[in-house]
Amino acid sequence: MPTKHLLKIEDLHHSFENEEVLKGISFSLDKGETKVIVGPSGTGKSTILNNIIRLVPPTRGKIYLEDTEITSAKKINEIRQQIGFVFQDFGLFNHLTAKGNIMIGLTKVKKMNKKEAEELAMLELDRVGLKEYAASYPSQLSGGQKQRVGIARALAMQPKLILFDEPTSSLDPELTGEVLKVMRNLAEEGMTMLVVTHEMGFARSVADELIFMEAGNIVEQGNPEKLFTDPDHQRTKEFLFQLTDLYGEGEN
Amino acid sequence: MDKLELIIDALPYLLEGTLVTIQLTFWSLLIGIVVGLPIAFAQVYGNKVLQGIVVVYERLARSIPLLVMLLLINYGLPRLGLRIPIFRAAVIGIGLRSAAYQSQIYRGAIQSVGGSQMKAARSLGMGKLKAFFYIIAPQAIRIAIPPVANESAIVLKDTSLAFTIGVVELLRQGEYFIATSNEPMVIYLTIAAIYFILTTIVNGGLSLFEKKYQIPGIGIEGGHSDAY
Repeated sequence: MPTKHLLKIEDLHHSFENEEVLKGISFSLDKGETKVIVGPSGTGKSTILNNIIRLVPPTRGKIYLEDTEITSAKKINEIRQQIGFVFQDFGLFNHLTAKGNIMIGLTKVKKMNKKEAEELAMLELDRVGLKEYAASYPSQLSGGQKQRVGIARALAMQPKLILFDEPTSSLDPELTGEVLKVMRNLAEEGMTMLVVTHEMGFARSVADELIFMEAGNIVEQGNPEKLFTDPDHQRTKEFLFQLTDLYGEGEN
Repeated sequence: MDKLELIIDALPYLLEGTLVTIQLTFWSLLIGIVVGLPIAFAQVYGNKVLQGIVVVYERLARSIPLLVMLLLINYGLPRLGLRIPIFRAAVIGIGLRSAAYQSQIYRGAIQSVGGSQMKAARSLGMGKLKAFFYIIAPQAIRIAIPPVANESAIVLKDTSLAFTIGVVELLRQGEYFIATSNEPMVIYLTIAAIYFILTTIVNGGLSLFEKKYQIPGIGIEGGHSDAY
């Protein structure tokens, strides 16, 4: 079934062993939109992202990237090139420099020549403010810097959208700001983003739409201002108030 | 002075034996790599059946003393109609045992690179094989160098057991010379010195290689790779 959305998820189910972690998730993402998924730990938020690029294949349901149904498409490697992924644990290649981490996907997957790849890598490093760290290895970078390289690596592949899987959850509080700033800029530049995070300030101020999930279901989705101030469900209110109390309203 | 002359007289024979020792070491290590790598892959990426088979092999190869293995190949197999020339018999015995140990080194190195590196590579659209060659292998090789250097030195020294099935390597050349000169102390010490020099060269060479390709954060010096 064709769709005019950039990404469309229909009735997504996922089970680990006997435990059903996703119980029928449906939502869509348009070009240029940023949607943020929030919810308690273990509700299947990250599983959705992993299902989309089939690092963990979904149990049931359909996912469309533009007109292509990607849940069963054979050419998964071509689909993955079009969808960026930013990992909670950064996922940087330890034997490559910051620049090398960005170049490897371009040269080995996209078959770009080395010089072009290098130019693009430097451009993307500059975009995340790390031009002068091009020659540093991951072990020589701070957590925030590593994650910014991770974002630059995803960007360089020129994806149609980027999935962020709790990008700041393994960072010290003082390092989350630099990563969120980069993400905020991307959203403003019109990048399509699907973000799983616990950063309520970011969710409230950057998201076009907020999706609140619990126990494998979407409880409520809509304008973040509405969910924060006047949600339809009592549970949404409890959760968002609790997190806002814990982390404050803004990330700065 | 007599002793020095004796050593000088013995040296050409001992060096001839040394050459055979080096050949034994080279071929045994090569078998160790050629057999050991697929075993490691089978253990990390293989199915249950494959894993079961290699576990049995590994248990056997690590439990039977090398000397017993060499005697079995050289004196046991001919009874079954399989006669292998002694040099090859020695290489097969030493090599197959080394394969069991080397497979453990490679398996550990591959596993310590960690699944998240594979996952990140796949997320960029790399196929499994590409991800292995460009992401996993370069890190695993660096992690494996120090234990491979150690294993190489062990194999080098254990080639002396080939003496028992008649291979004329360093030790047996020495025996011949002792038989005619009756100077076991001097000759054995000279042989020991040659082994010492050879193992030093092997270890030194591999640690140069290690230094040349050293990357911050990978290998023993940088700590466990997953810590970063």
